[in-house]
Amino acid sequence: MSDWLKDFAHDFYLNFIKDDRWLYITRGLRTTVLITVFALILGVVLGFIVAIIRSAHDKTGKLKIANFICRVYLTVIRGTPVVVQLLIIYYGIFASVTINKMIVAVIAFGVNSGAYVAEIVRSGIMSIDKGQLEAGRSLGFSYAQTMVYIILPQAFKNVLPALGNEFIVLLKETSISGYIAMEDLTKGGDIIRSRTFDAMMPLLAVAAIYLTMVILLEFLVGKLERRLRNSDH
Amino acid sequence: MKLGKIFCGVLAAVMTLSIAGCGEEKKTTLVMATNAEFPPYEYREGDQIVGIDAEIAQAIADDLGLELVIEDMAFDSLIAAVQSGKADMVLAGMTVREDRLENVNFSDPYTLTAQVVIVKDGSAIASPADLAGKKVGVQLGTTGDIYAEDIENVTVERFNKGFEAVQSLLQDKVDAVIIDREPAKVFVSENEGLIILDEEYTIEEYAIAIAKENTELLEQVNASLAKLKDSGKIGSIINKYITAE
Repeated sequence: MSDWLKDFAHDFYLNFIKDDRWLYITRGLRTTVLITVFALILGVVLGFIVAIIRSAHDKTGKLKIANFICRVYLTVIRGTPVVVQLLIIYYGIFASVTINKMIVAVIAFGVNSGAYVAEIVRSGIMSIDKGQLEAGRSLGFSYAQTMVYIILPQAFKNVLPALGNEFIVLLKETSISGYIAMEDLTKGGDIIRSRTFDAMMPLLAVAAIYLTMVILLEFLVGKLERRLRNSDH
Repeated sequence: MKLGKIFCGVLAAVMTLSIAGCGEEKKTTLVMATNAEFPPYEYREGDQIVGIDAEIAQAIADDLGLELVIEDMAFDSLIAAVQSGKADMVLAGMTVREDRLENVNFSDPYTLTAQVVIVKDGSAIASPADLAGKKVGVQLGTTGDIYAEDIENVTVERFNKGFEAVQSLLQDKVDAVIIDREPAKVFVSENEGLIILDEEYTIEEYAIAIAKENTELLEQVNASLAKLKDSGKIGSIINKYITAE
């Protein structure tokens, strides 16, 4: 037992303390959190815009061209792996310009997440009884006003669990940022592994940190859900 | 087809290993782990992994009467692969280094090489000393990666593959790439506007990494290497891939 403890202490020293290797983890964590937060904001904004255009088309038959563009966006983004999109954006679209890699990652993950958020939000909008829209319009609200004041608040509440799911997926998907030589949390663990040749400990540490972040995210989404449920009667 | 072959190879390796674990049956395969993105030492040609290391491994396997199985994986997982018994040996243009010796044994070296610096033609960087304060691209876990950290005020960009570092150099995303000499020559010959600095970064030796416990294989490999060196086989394999200047 004490041998095991000694081994563990030695491995821990080698993987995290020696040469300040823990810095790879903390710097990586910072990068991961930054990418996730900004990609999440971009994804939600894009997703809501696309969902509103798509559902307006479904309900009124207008916005044909915008709807077509949105459908192409959804098909292309959902039809290709995010790691391929990330590499295309870095080596293809931004090939000739010097650009901060953080921006590349935020665009890649944000645009990707936006496609999934769009369909989640659209499913929420479509789930609201059409009587709500009719009631709004007969009270003198325009279509846009009905959307903003009556439909979207209810839709948002319905799709919150699915959105939370998407945020968790997004957080974990950022672990591929290492493909463009970014030092995110996963890459931080990989760098330590390449120095210490320890297969387990850096990976377990990285896994534990992702898990903690997801639990925190679940807690926050759960709290928001309960808060919004207050208006149910 | 390729996948099928690899799968069969892996399956055979796993089965052999598990049988070997039982103690009675004799091992019939020699599993080599490598990162096949490192021309001319190892790279893919059609559905085969070829190159200097692949041929040397084949010669050793023939000498020992074993069947060679090649496993392609990321460079930074190679040592973990032999440590965990997933492979018998690593031939991947791997340099003998102190920190690696703590985890695996190395055979006698089979070739001498160097780390070199690739820059764009017309770059202000004229010698390794000019790298201070620059952005340097490397492949994760390679000796170039470890040496690059010692440069003053440097930003090290660690790519999973050597050619991605070179691609980033071409797009001005990094100022220079530190990588092994022979792959550097291939990258420079395939991409216009790149040059290798005359002054080498460091000189180093490649050897075969084998798990610490597996001293029997280490002795066999060393004996085999000595034989192949004497017969001129190693020299002829290297000359086949690297044309003398």
